Amino acid sequence: MIELKGINRVFQVGDESVYALNDVSLHIDAGDYISIMGPSGSGKSTLLNILGLLDRPNSGQYLFENVDISSFSDEQQALTRSEKIGFVFQVFHLIPRLTAAQNIELPLILAGVDPVERKHRVEKILKSTGLVDRAHHKPGQLSGGQRQRVAMARATIMNPSIILADEPTGNLDRASGKEIVDVLEHLNKEGMTLIIVTHDPELGQRARRQIRMIDGQIEATSHNEVG
Amino acid sequence: MKWADYFTFAFGAFGALRGFSVRTILMLIAMSFGVAAVIVLTGLGDGVRRFVASEFASLGTNLLIVLPGKSETAGVSPGSFIGQTTRDLTIDDALSLTRNSTTDRIAVITVGAASVSRGRLDREVTILGTSHHFLDIYHWKMAQGRFLPETDMRTEQSVIVLGATLKEELFKAENPVGEWVRVGDRRFRVIGVIASEGQSFGMDAGDMAIIPVSSAQSLFNQASLFRILVEAKNRDVLELAKKQIINTLKDRHQGEEDVTVITQDAVLQTFDNIFKTLTYSVAGIAAVSLIVAGILIMNVMLISVSQRTAEIGLLKALGAKTYEIQTLFLVEAVLLSVLGATIGLIIGDVGCRVIATIYPDFPAGAPAWAIISAFFVSVVTGLLFGVSPAKRAAKLDAVEALSK
Repeated sequence: MIELKGINRVFQVGDESVYALNDVSLHIDAGDYISIMGPSGSGKSTLLNILGLLDRPNSGQYLFENVDISSFSDEQQALTRSEKIGFVFQVFHLIPRLTAAQNIELPLILAGVDPVERKHRVEKILKSTGLVDRAHHKPGQLSGGQRQRVAMARATIMNPSIILADEPTGNLDRASGKEIVDVLEHLNKEGMTLIIVTHDPELGQRARRQIRMIDGQIEATSHNEVG
Repeated sequence: MKWADYFTFAFGAFGALRGFSVRTILMLIAMSFGVAAVIVLTGLGDGVRRFVASEFASLGTNLLIVLPGKSETAGVSPGSFIGQTTRDLTIDDALSLTRNSTTDRIAVITVGAASVSRGRLDREVTILGTSHHFLDIYHWKMAQGRFLPETDMRTEQSVIVLGATLKEELFKAENPVGEWVRVGDRRFRVIGVIASEGQSFGMDAGDMAIIPVSSAQSLFNQASLFRILVEAKNRDVLELAKKQIINTLKDRHQGEEDVTVITQDAVLQTFDNIFKTLTYSVAGIAAVSLIVAGILIMNVMLISVSQRTAEIGLLKALGAKTYEIQTLFLVEAVLLSVLGATIGLIIGDVGCRVIATIYPDFPAGAPAWAIISAFFVSVVTGLLFGVSPAKRAAKLDAVEALSK
């Protein structure tokens, strides 16, 4: 589904060139469950951003569903993000002035979906995630776990083929974190590709495939038959 | 993204997120005062124009005014250098004009001042020497009695028509018709009173007395006329009428063209142009303040962009295209300026109403073009000054924006 070949991402810090990603190659199958771990500054977030088309590599090839998208225009990339990719962030990134339902609706609005259809789809996802009674609350009135559930509903409402989660449990207590992981894994079981960046070894171990990164390179890949 | 969604989103953004910060309120004040200034000033300018126009219209549009002397556009007639005096207009001149094919009716005017007295009551007023058709040409109405009779202009008659104020002063509530008053050293019998409404070119119809032209001439001991008013048969023959008048009088004045004929249209047009130019320039000056408002909009929007970096990053991650983010912020800027403009229109309208209440005779009120263009200019201002912040928002790097 995803094929990275010799991806380099270089940042210029003063006179020095810092390789955030150094010749990274990676193959991801549809339905994979991958965790990316590594110390701070190892390039795992940069890798996630490149996978999510938020960032462009300096060199290398990126095939998304067998299409080379490194040459895509900004607009084409935006369209791919809208239709194929769902993001889950550590700090949720909910818009505070919008209600839970409105936050979930946002990707549909941006995609230009008809209002009636939007309402229908938001209601459906609110039901399946148990957020119906929270639908008209603003993020400030929700607990951390509830916020992340809203954010996940937002990430999945367009039925993306891949979910990119950057420290999804980083700002949550254990119980809420567990809940979120369950939801993510459930989505994965239904066929969505799941990639999680995390510091938490316990969470990392749950993935079928674990990638360890150090200094912009993939140091090791291990497989896990659990999950 | 659908258009309705742009508006909903942008509206929510400026309504809820920033609420009404001091910045936003200052910006709204600047915008609304700019628009209100345009509305009130054009309202005044256009009011003056319409006021003058209606004054002229009250005289009738097929009126020609004949005045003695040839006025040059340079302002000084050649006669004034060689000491030549212009020939007076006389009643015979006026009568000769009645024979022109285009003339419907005429009236003559001489003006002087004299005291009108009754018993011990005495009042200094304008005395208008004129003829029968004056009343109709000026569209004045009688309150009591009748106007000067339709007789030969050359015959003197000791009859007088009083203005309403003058009648009030001399007769109080009594019926003046048939009573005698003294003008200077002559006695006149009152035959009528002019209705009190009626102010024409600063000439107060109330504070005057009207006597037959010949009587006035002998009262003031002068043979000349101040004006001859000629009403043409219809508007289409105005030019022809003007030529006929000049030719007729030229013949009578030994071939010398020494009169000026003004048509209402020409005068009206001149005033109209002057006041229009005045209105435009005043509106233009007021519109400059909209630029100030525009800069404030830009300020508000730039701050909004920097406050909402994370939101912009999120929108990008969710698949918002560059132009969508740009449009979103532009729509927000335009909504801001439209809100300011709407408040301004209301203030401007209230201003015009206040002026109209204080001066009921003066038709203050912004013309439609001013309202529409003030509104339009404010929207354009919002667009123009919103472009730079919107571009800045659209250019934000998604990764960096999200990490904030």
